[in-house]
Amino acid sequence: MMAEIGLTHYLVVAAILFALGVAGVLYRRNAVGMLIGIELILNAANVNLIAFARYADRGVGVPGVNGSAGLEGQVFAIFVIILAACEAAIGLAICINIFNKFGSIDADRADTMRG
Amino acid sequence: MSYETLSFYMLSALAVCAAAVATFSRSIVNAAFGLLFSLAAVAGLYVLLRADFVAVTQVVVYVGGIVVLLLFGVLLTNRRLEDLSAFAHRPRAVAIILGLAVLTVLLSMVLGASWPQAEVAQLEGTTRPIGYLLLQDYLLPFEFSSLTLLIALVGAAYLVRSQERDE
Repeated sequence: MMAEIGLTHYLVVAAILFALGVAGVLYRRNAVGMLIGIELILNAANVNLIAFARYADRGVGVPGVNGSAGLEGQVFAIFVIILAACEAAIGLAICINIFNKFGSIDADRADTMRG
Repeated sequence: MSYETLSFYMLSALAVCAAAVATFSRSIVNAAFGLLFSLAAVAGLYVLLRADFVAVTQVVVYVGGIVVLLLFGVLLTNRRLEDLSAFAHRPRAVAIILGLAVLTVLLSMVLGASWPQAEVAQLEGTTRPIGYLLLQDYLLPFEFSSLTLLIALVGAAYLVRSQERDE
């Protein structure tokens, strides 16, 4: 376990961060708290992408990647960061709207559309 | 124990502990700061993984942008400061049990599989090749993501402003 750091170490850290994010989404009633959990989940996915970009065996003869081998995972991580920024902006706008309408951002109180 | 191993364990411990604060802290402000430290530690992990550009992007976008946005959201949606620590939660046991279930499934998969590893020898900077990749192979997704970002920001501004106009 104390040997050289490898792919598995990073995957374990990402799994722990992901599980904490899921627990946070389930634990919070506060909508902003749920957003924090979602950010943790997206971040754990990013750790996986970067770790695979560095360690995964890509086989031979992947076309079009000579000179930039192993960087696709990092490009994907950048796209995930962009989408996380979109999600945070929209999520907070919805939170503020819910706050204006219901007087709090308790996710259980915004139940107008409950059947 | 090499310097890299030591850094990995310290950064992962910081990331996990701060994420635990972000998840289970009673105060939502403390949770936002826990998220900040967790994201900063993960940026350190990216440096260990030789992803310098993504690490800097992580600090600029996540730590500098998203966490500040979340803090604004917290402060805008709490009328009084004493409300910050007094918000209700769902039962903690349920969240812990379901989180542990997710963790068990993920760990059994991660530790059970045999990952074929081939370390990429890559010590030079990654910014230049990432720039070429974004503007050559990934040009279409890159442009679409910028469009998505624009639409999301305009939509967020509209969502917040339209409510004020109705009142």
